[in-house]
Amino acid sequence: MLKDSDRIFKNLYGFHDWRLKAARARGAWNGTKAMIERGHEAIIEEVKASGLRGRGGAGFPTGLKWSFMPKQSDGRPSYLVINADESEPGTCKDRDIMRHDPHLLIEGALLAGFAMRAHVSYIYIRGEFIREREVLQAAIDEAYDTKLIGKNNINGWDFELYLHHGAGAYICGEETALLESLEGKKGMPRLKPPFPANVGLYGAPTTVNNVESIAVVPDILRRGATWFAALGKPNNTGTKLFCLSGHVNTPCNVEEEMGVPLRELIDRHAGGVRGGWDNLLAVIPGGSSVPCIPAGQCNDLPMDFDSLRDLKSGLGTAAVIVMDKSTDIIRAIARVSYFYKHESCGQCTPCREGTGWMWRVLERMAKGQAEKGEIDMLLHVSYQVEGHTICALGDAAAWPVQGLIRHFRHVIEERIDAQAAQPLSPTVPVAAE
Amino acid sequence: MSVRRLAVEQPENFAFTPENLDWAKDQLKKYPQGREASAVLPLLWRAQEQCGGWLPEPALRYIADLLGMASIRVYENATFYTMFNLAPVGRYYVQLCGTTPCWLRGADALKDTCRKLIGEPGHVTQDGMFSWVEVECLGACVNAPMVQINKDYYEDLTPESLEQILVDLREGCKVMPGPQDGRHSSEPFGGPITLTDPVLYAQEPPSEPHANDVEFALVDEEAKKPGPAASQREAAVPKPSLRSSSGRRRK
Repeated sequence: MLKDSDRIFKNLYGFHDWRLKAARARGAWNGTKAMIERGHEAIIEEVKASGLRGRGGAGFPTGLKWSFMPKQSDGRPSYLVINADESEPGTCKDRDIMRHDPHLLIEGALLAGFAMRAHVSYIYIRGEFIREREVLQAAIDEAYDTKLIGKNNINGWDFELYLHHGAGAYICGEETALLESLEGKKGMPRLKPPFPANVGLYGAPTTVNNVESIAVVPDILRRGATWFAALGKPNNTGTKLFCLSGHVNTPCNVEEEMGVPLRELIDRHAGGVRGGWDNLLAVIPGGSSVPCIPAGQCNDLPMDFDSLRDLKSGLGTAAVIVMDKSTDIIRAIARVSYFYKHESCGQCTPCREGTGWMWRVLERMAKGQAEKGEIDMLLHVSYQVEGHTICALGDAAAWPVQGLIRHFRHVIEERIDAQAAQPLSPTVPVAAE
Repeated sequence: MSVRRLAVEQPENFAFTPENLDWAKDQLKKYPQGREASAVLPLLWRAQEQCGGWLPEPALRYIADLLGMASIRVYENATFYTMFNLAPVGRYYVQLCGTTPCWLRGADALKDTCRKLIGEPGHVTQDGMFSWVEVECLGACVNAPMVQINKDYYEDLTPESLEQILVDLREGCKVMPGPQDGRHSSEPFGGPITLTDPVLYAQEPPSEPHANDVEFALVDEEAKKPGPAASQREAAVPKPSLRSSSGRRRK
């Protein structure tokens, strides 16, 4: 288990005060000025050396992302935008950072903004997080009042930090949809290229980072890249907030080393699977977008980007959704499909039509009212959605369906058989519409 | 996507109260000149709060004029973002999370509770007190199942505790947001097993922040006076600590 002294989020559960004074006692805002005096490039190099990969789901190296920002302005300002639109089902880590340790985020914003030469930063928080927004705004006000940020602040880099909120759209967690939304439009993703580092918010160079990616930066710089890189595994370094939900005895958030075995997470931190480890059916290891993993593959599973990718799943946001053997897995994935149908922005046809189509077919399959040939048809359609849309929501909608069919095809077939065997209930062909 | 249309019955007109108008003008300062449209979501949200939880059509036009946007640009925002209610809702507006993590832990039973006490989704009770809808993931999955009622999250619910909350709200009794099973926030039930090392919290805050930073000490002196901006903003309400929550209503 990760040592308490190696944890970055010391007030994860909110047992202590989030305000500036207490945050400072826990180490925040300690030596920030000296870090800024090291210079833009030195900070980017340090973050690169730490091996930090973005914590929002895709796992792109954070330092590398920052280095895409222009070194010399062509007259346009640079922006840092922090993605606090946490809506991936299963994920509730950024919420705890914002309501319990907001000063780590604010300090990280200043440092990241400085590294990419941005004087203005926006935090885009999801609209439902109203209380979290109030805490974060109060913390930002504290930072302004004590001249930690703002014009002529004591850290030596003019920095304005604004809190902006959304109004209930999952798609705004996609970085270009977030920028559209921040500009006052519908949250519809943009075509890339141009990438935000060239043409982002208001047409200016912009970097969008997840809350957790930003909030760990001060500690990386304070304790050194070697400390962070020594935790976890090569190419999957550092600590990570895991959200353990579903059929476990004590669901919780916890900060652990990258690469921690799934079983240790569940047994030690979440009190074990309901009914014991043998009662495990499957887990969704990284938020609802990634394919599920059946129990048979969970025994020695390290939780990091590369190990999960090798299993054709993903670490995503590290939100582990546990399902025990009482779960109707078809219905669980059908509910995920409904989510994507509800949240599709409607811009690309494969996603707009495909998400609803997949949901309706899965609803029938959950009742057994389907034909076995439709399983392959569903799989085929999911491949038609995946990779054929502007943003990754289409992929995210397709992967859970593919995971279901890959690992639980027999469950679907058994249900179809059971339904067909019932007297007076022939399988009535129903149009997908 | 979901089909969302404006309500048939609409009020004649809408205008921000003077306080809200001042607040709105203050919001515009966050964005560069010529980018006033950026404020459309916060302003729509404030208008919805002023109207008691829903957005009438005149408010959309009013905000379009305020921000110098074409009306259609505001309409499409109001219909795209699902937190905007286009028809009246109850005084207590219950948003019940039904996505998989909450579903796994019994969101369906909570739906039955809502049906029993309030009615079908979208229906406002006779006394105007309640309405409920099923929403997608609200981001409190380790405290599932949960609902949001107006601004607050109520987590770790059972059908009984949700029923108690709704009854208490109807009768005007005080209800405590947050986890309803005695948890403080997202720690495991029974208390955290990490972050227990007292050394982490033993340090006193630096007495003079950045002791060797003379510049700071001077500025900090001034900053101790509450600035007008700070006192005007909504103050955050800290949660009571776990220790003092023993008197919390438990089922």
